[in-house]
Amino acid sequence: MVAIIEQVFREQWGRIVAALIGFLGDVDLAEEAAQEAFAIAAERWPRDGVPANPGGWLLVTARNRAINRIRRDATLAVKTRLLEVPEGGQDAMEPTTFPDERLELIFMCCHPALGTDAQVALTLRTLGGLSTDEIARAFLVGEATMAQRLVRAKRKIKAAGIPFRIPADELLPERLAAVLAVVYLIFNAGYGGRDELASEALWLGRALADLLPDEPEVHGLLAMMLLLDARRDARMLDGEIVLLADQDRARWDREQIRRGRVELDRALAQPGHGPYVIQAAIASLHAEEPRDWPQIAALYGELSRLTSSAVVELSRAIAVAEDQGPEAGLAIIDQLALDDYHYLHATRGELLSRLDRIAEARAAYGRALALVHDDAERRLLERRLTELSASA
Amino acid sequence: MQYMMLIYQGTTPTPPSPEWEALPDEDKQAVYQGYRALNETPGVTPGMAMAAPETATTVRVQDGKTLTTDGPFVEIKEAVGGYFILEADDLDAAIEVASKVPAAARGGAIEVRPIGSW
Repeated sequence: MVAIIEQVFREQWGRIVAALIGFLGDVDLAEEAAQEAFAIAAERWPRDGVPANPGGWLLVTARNRAINRIRRDATLAVKTRLLEVPEGGQDAMEPTTFPDERLELIFMCCHPALGTDAQVALTLRTLGGLSTDEIARAFLVGEATMAQRLVRAKRKIKAAGIPFRIPADELLPERLAAVLAVVYLIFNAGYGGRDELASEALWLGRALADLLPDEPEVHGLLAMMLLLDARRDARMLDGEIVLLADQDRARWDREQIRRGRVELDRALAQPGHGPYVIQAAIASLHAEEPRDWPQIAALYGELSRLTSSAVVELSRAIAVAEDQGPEAGLAIIDQLALDDYHYLHATRGELLSRLDRIAEARAAYGRALALVHDDAERRLLERRLTELSASA
Repeated sequence: MQYMMLIYQGTTPTPPSPEWEALPDEDKQAVYQGYRALNETPGVTPGMAMAAPETATTVRVQDGKTLTTDGPFVEIKEAVGGYFILEADDLDAAIEVASKVPAAARGGAIEVRPIGSW
């Protein structure tokens, strides 16, 4: 029963909160009501059985709780839209077909008038149902700091009139980009080993793809996340990083790679390919053996033109080095203004060692080591440096 | 929702300055036209014209003594250059109006500040 309630929570929390915000016009009230409804479910369902439509049941329960609270509390009534809710009146929302307002919610959470940190926290809280404590731990900040961040963001939504609405067509591309950036950020935070964030990002990406089936970048982002996440189990071995070329492919999630490619095909079938579609295509090529380096290099070139990012150029340099030899890669790297980026020096070290320019390679790895923060990455660099000494 | 829209001129040339005089006539006309259109926008209550921030005087009281200094509270470039009140449905509608203020595209910025309700 606990498992069932957890599953319903996972599937329904975002929809219920979204519908309640749409109805009540208040985030705090919506969250409290949703929480109360789940608490009542935990008490009643084991006794009475799970209702036929758990989501609808929870929504009606939450809504009734909120209405009762508003009736008891006159000041609350002034603050919400429920000034004149008729007693026992017609249900505005049929429990079986209550509107899915998660898009309205995610666009509100990711509104550019909120800071990125606040966008991420709000999205995880309201749509994902993560507790303040869980979000705080995931982003390595104190619970009080995170609580403060959420309170401030919710206060701004109310005070500044941030709309609970899908943006107008002319605003949509820019606002959607902000939403995708938030999901990607959550995924990236999870890529560093915090698995619950990676699966949260996948879940949000899936929901967005269902809600916006005609947006290629939405499918592109989901495809990229699925393809990268499919290698999760192979990426680390006993706490140590395993580079893609050395990964045990038996540990790749083949089914997830297949699903990633389905999403990629969906994205490619639509006009207009942005950075996520290209990154998904690259991730898909990386899952093949042997890898098609000329094609990977060409896609990084396209991505580089779109994003003007030196980090992307570095990735292109790696692909070019595999295709045309280390010198060709080094020629690109030496043009990049990324001197503080440890991956640049690690890459130089690797390419120089392939050319048997051992002293230069050692210096490059040394520079990378001076810049790296992550412990697992540091150990990887130290291993490479040791191998280099052994071969010298 | 009601918003106080604060116009910061930043590096926008404003009359009467040599930079403003140096602008081509069509640019000056475009700025005037932009503000006329703004003032006629539904929901906008135009603010009063403000003289240049250089003419401002800043007053503080310390230990019961009134201290008066020349110039605005912040740097001249950061001083408020004008304002208007906007009645709009929500922040997106207010952002839309703010983006039409000529100063926003000419080196200045608009601060969209909700009017307090408590």
